[in-house]
Amino acid sequence: MVRFENVGLRYGMGPEVLKDINFSIEPRSFQYLTGPSGAGKTTLMRLILMALKPTRGLVNLFGQDVSRLDPDTLTAFRRRMGVVFQDFRLLDHLTVYENVALPLRVLGKEEASYRAEVVELLRWVGLGERMHAVPPVLSGGEKQRAAIARALISRPELLLADEPTGNVDPGLGRRLLRLFMELQSLGTAVVIATHDLNLMDIYDAPRLVLADGHLHVDA
Amino acid sequence: MSTLEANDREAGRTERGLPANLRRDQPLVPVDTIAGRALMAVIAILTFLASLSAGAAVLAARASDQWRGAISNEMTIQVRPDSHRKIDDDVARAVMLASGLKEVESVRAVPKAESDKLLEPWLGTGLDLVELPVPRLIVLKLKSEAGPDLAGFGATLRREVPTATLDDHRLWVRRLSAMAGTIIASGFAIVLLVLTAAALAVAFATRGAMAGSRDSVEVLHFVGADDDFIAREFQSRFIRLGLRGGLFGGLAAIATIGVLGFLASRWSATPEAEQLQALFGAFEIGWTGYGAVILVALVVAVIAGLVSRFTVRHHLRMLA
Repeated sequence: MVRFENVGLRYGMGPEVLKDINFSIEPRSFQYLTGPSGAGKTTLMRLILMALKPTRGLVNLFGQDVSRLDPDTLTAFRRRMGVVFQDFRLLDHLTVYENVALPLRVLGKEEASYRAEVVELLRWVGLGERMHAVPPVLSGGEKQRAAIARALISRPELLLADEPTGNVDPGLGRRLLRLFMELQSLGTAVVIATHDLNLMDIYDAPRLVLADGHLHVDA
Repeated sequence: MSTLEANDREAGRTERGLPANLRRDQPLVPVDTIAGRALMAVIAILTFLASLSAGAAVLAARASDQWRGAISNEMTIQVRPDSHRKIDDDVARAVMLASGLKEVESVRAVPKAESDKLLEPWLGTGLDLVELPVPRLIVLKLKSEAGPDLAGFGATLRREVPTATLDDHRLWVRRLSAMAGTIIASGFAIVLLVLTAAALAVAFATRGAMAGSRDSVEVLHFVGADDDFIAREFQSRFIRLGLRGGLFGGLAAIATIGVLGFLASRWSATPEAEQLQALFGAFEIGWTGYGAVILVALVVAVIAGLVSRFTVRHHLRMLA
């Protein structure tokens, strides 16, 4: 599903922030991406999302070399992925309901066809009473849950979550982790970027460890 | 998974428990921002100016048609006094010749007293003009579809009545046409300039909106929106702004023209108003004028939409 071979990345003329990255993500797999703050976890996720281009090496997504993707294929690949950003990236002028429904709306689906599904998911993540609210009035944990719901609503083949439990209490964190595990069992490959050791201890899974720009896999 | 499996079942059900007042399908690009309102005001002002220019061009075109219609349906024969000839006989002869033309509807020899009166503004009243060689005028009204053989008639007239000259007002028609044409061309040039200014304003506003929505655009990309979708969202926002601005500007222009027309009719008794009325006729742009104003407003909205779409596509290509 995702394969990196000798990938390196530098910003401008600066030093390489990611060096010789080699790993793969298999369908229906579950893995953590971990490492100290500033190690490059978010950068690596942006490479998988095709928001950044590697300065060297090969990135292969869904069986295709991303350096040769045309814009339509790139959009089609992104529709197969769900992403939870560390800073949530909710659209402030839209309600929670509208934010969560966004991936379905951009697909051109009729609102009536996904309404019940969005409301059900919002209730499940504990935002049933907050679907009218706009992000600026939400707490950090509520924004986090809205961002997770938005990533899940289109049932992606690959879910990338950047510190998805960073702003929620431990109880909800465990609940969200169970949700990710359920998603994996339904066929979604899950990558959770975190440096929360307690979270990784709850469910044992391979760890992609980033340090000093290098990545090693801790199975 | 209980949640997602439940969703399958839920999708088929009715919307039980769904809040009735849930806000849905808001524009993805915010419309009611300060920048949006400022742009709408700019578009309204530009539409107002463009509409007034278009209205003025239509007014000039209508007036020009009236002038040309009035002048080209008339010809004048001027009979100069000659000490060796009887002027009344010459006038009668010229009237007879003119009456013989089938394109002429009526012939009227202006009485001497009336001719003398035409000189009063220059010579004053109470003067005895008997000794002055005042020419006599004959006014020919032409049938509306007439195209008389002027060269032939002029030659006949000169041969039969050597003291008579024929004036078909072509010089005046040419001058008035040139003046009206200049006014109309100026009006359209101003409309084009204002539309260009509107396009530039929208282009800069779109670039500003894109810069301000950089994060939103990135999020839209990540959730699977393609460039077309994003461009459509921006385009619909700017078309809405353009339509609102165009509507306000167009309505203001129509109201202004209406008020000017009303004031012109109220002051029609004054000499200045009479002069204006002589030049422009009634201050009325008619359905053509109102159509032009509405067209300008619509064109402004379309330009706003197209320019924003082009700018967004260009910006997205730069981001890729």
